[in-house]
Amino acid sequence: MEPLLRMTLIGKRFPGVQALDDVGLEVLPGEIHALLGENGAGKSTLIKILSGAQQPDSGTIEFGGESVTMVSPHDAQRRGIVTIYQEFTLAPNMTIAENVFIGREPGVGVFVDWRKMASETRTITKRLGLELQPMSIVRGLSVAEQQMVEIARALSMKSRLIVMDEPTSALSANEVEKLFRIVRELKAHGLSIIFVTHRLEEMMQICDRYTVLRDGRLVGSGAIADTTIDGIIRLMVGREVNALFAHRERTPAGDVVLGVEGLSRRGNAQDQNATVLADIGFEVRRGEILGIAGLVGAGRTEMARAVFGADPFDSGRVTVEGRQVHIRSPQDAIRHGIGMVPEDRKQQALFLALAVRINLSMASHKRIMRWGVFIDETAERTMVEEYRNKLNIRMTSPEQLIASLSGGNQQKVTLARWLALRPKVLIVDEPTRGIDVGAKVEVHHLLFEMAQSGIAVVAISSELPEVLAISDRIITMREGRVTGEIKREDANEETLMSMMTLGAKAA
Amino acid sequence: METISKSPHSEARPRAKADIMGFLARFAPLIFLIVLMGGFALGEPRFLTPLNLFNILRQVSIYGLLAVGMTFVILTAGIDLSIGSLVAFAGLVAAAVSKGGLSNRFTVGAGAEAASHAWFLAALAAIGVGIAGGFLQGFAITRLKVPPFVVTLGGMSAFRGAALLFAAGGPISGFEPNFVWLGQGRIFGQVPVPVIIFLVFAAVAHIVLRYTRYGRQVYAVGGNPEAARLSGLNVRAVTTSVYVIMGFFAGLGAFVLDARLDSAEAVAGTGYELTVIASVVIGGTSLFGGVGTIFGTVIGTILIGVLLNGLVLMNVSAYIQQIIIGVIIVFAVAFDTFAKSRRRVG
Repeated sequence: MEPLLRMTLIGKRFPGVQALDDVGLEVLPGEIHALLGENGAGKSTLIKILSGAQQPDSGTIEFGGESVTMVSPHDAQRRGIVTIYQEFTLAPNMTIAENVFIGREPGVGVFVDWRKMASETRTITKRLGLELQPMSIVRGLSVAEQQMVEIARALSMKSRLIVMDEPTSALSANEVEKLFRIVRELKAHGLSIIFVTHRLEEMMQICDRYTVLRDGRLVGSGAIADTTIDGIIRLMVGREVNALFAHRERTPAGDVVLGVEGLSRRGNAQDQNATVLADIGFEVRRGEILGIAGLVGAGRTEMARAVFGADPFDSGRVTVEGRQVHIRSPQDAIRHGIGMVPEDRKQQALFLALAVRINLSMASHKRIMRWGVFIDETAERTMVEEYRNKLNIRMTSPEQLIASLSGGNQQKVTLARWLALRPKVLIVDEPTRGIDVGAKVEVHHLLFEMAQSGIAVVAISSELPEVLAISDRIITMREGRVTGEIKREDANEETLMSMMTLGAKAA
Repeated sequence: METISKSPHSEARPRAKADIMGFLARFAPLIFLIVLMGGFALGEPRFLTPLNLFNILRQVSIYGLLAVGMTFVILTAGIDLSIGSLVAFAGLVAAAVSKGGLSNRFTVGAGAEAASHAWFLAALAAIGVGIAGGFLQGFAITRLKVPPFVVTLGGMSAFRGAALLFAAGGPISGFEPNFVWLGQGRIFGQVPVPVIIFLVFAAVAHIVLRYTRYGRQVYAVGGNPEAARLSGLNVRAVTTSVYVIMGFFAGLGAFVLDARLDSAEAVAGTGYELTVIASVVIGGTSLFGGVGTIFGTVIGTILIGVLLNGLVLMNVSAYIQQIIIGVIIVFAVAFDTFAKSRRRVG
């Protein structure tokens, strides 16, 4: 059968990283195709190219037998390729019908034919087997219903290929069933669907064929019927052990410093009933590095932010050195000796318009105060020099703007900010994201030194080789739950991947 | 930008660019001021006399006090539109206090009998009213989470209403001589007292912003509130405090205005917010927060004063002056936006 979509030798480079390297993707008419890969494997970039949001550097795209270039999402939609992202693109204060026909409202001139818009919306929702009032406002709908509105919009555009990015991640089991019924229905009508998912059991259940990416390359594709979950996992992680990741001498861990029990939270920005964190418990000891592994959206960052007081939580107990502490703000956490290096350096850690010196000392002013109000700049410079040498921060002067440092050196300044506070616990969220390989190894060694000096380190990372290289012990998370705990020496990428994707059953 | 260094490890290139931008952002107002003064001096010989220059400074000293407070607010990416109204209200309260209370506030000549320290009570009253007004607005911004623009737009109306109610239609005038001296007197026969008050408080504010922990926190909260919060700063307290500081300066400005005019009235301070915000922005403080200095604000304030004075000397109509101020504000912000995009790149 002639494929509906054939992407050939697609290449895409971003500053410092080859996001896609000669990747191909073929989707047959009327099939459900799984696009799989670890975080950062290149799935998102491939989807963005397919949806016209980004342009490839090289390669060709054939759709419906003709060669196409998609210059914008609108262009892709016009050709019949519609992408439904995890973050919906609905206008919350408008009606379902308006959302379905947004930008293409039926009518005469500037006037909208509301009657026609409503009736066509009803036709589509009926076809999907849905009971939605075309004139109700989107804001009041559940996440699953909003997703249906997105699908209805895709259908109204007469699309032939629908790309769904993590469509089940926010749905309950019942809602997933319903979604699958509709997806099969669409398939029966001859539409093709690309399913990007981290949930491998679901993928086995619904998809016909698969394509796996790893590190921006195509590593395998074929029919689901000819493979197993284990086979897919091997493809997803099966790289050579990366020699560039640091190895360490391990020291025996001391007493428990940070204890978390029953940490739970419901409700996020999209859905007030979503399970964000469910009964999370773990301990970290003096001198230990606890790795937290999980796929994007597993709740790792949410957990870290809750422990640090950056986000509220509903229930749960946090203890520091055996004593229960009440943390309602980062100030509370800092008072109890907990520090956190957040995942997004630019948005959450750096003051880009300020000097390196001022960035570095921001959390530890108390150490360099004079007369209770003034900053003792001499003491501050001494402190900055100390960490500049200790962490090997490369800069021309402490007075230069932090924005002018490389990502790795910016991250070292952020780490120094917390070291200057002499914390008992340091949580690092994606400590090496967006920094080059050399700086990565340096950051790993810094984490080892911190552990050596008696700090209890919690390290969140989406890179499994990194988690394996730096941790003494690893816990895995999925959908806001801890799905397993494993010692470093018992773990490898395959075991971690199955603990992360299959949940507690496999652990 | 065209001379891109070949070395991928060069940290000098972005730094040099940042330095040039930093230099421009810092000294552009000063350079502009010097050029402007040179231009006026050529066109109008009377401009450069000490008398005229001190007159300019005296004219801007009240704007200047307000602009110093406004610098704190704008550094946190906030704005305060209520200051003109707050000046009127605080000025009336201070005037009444100096006259020995509400009952004889309109009694002509009561000032003569009032104690010679009445100016001090008046100053306390004006500053107290200013601080209270600032705190209320800061509270609404941080606790009720209403944007500063809206809260202070409300304050602009509410404080003006309070002033009109308080004044019951009439001005309060005729204060004791010590009070009036603070607005009209000169030291060494040359330097107007309000100018001294302005420069002293500007110096204090400079020290606070540049050398104290609190100053650091103001820049941090304005530059990146989320990073400030995650660094353990009390973002809410800092945000509230800048409106309190603004209120303090509004009270102080009201007091000096009373003294200078020897009178307080409910329509005082109308339109001040625009001139004051313009002074701060022209002085290089970013409306996006986190960037700016008191030095820049002082220069910006004088620049506006020089501009208006020069235009008056050259017989340019007051209406055209308003147009010019408006255009300058837009260009100052455009420059700031441009500088910000450059900072992002660097």
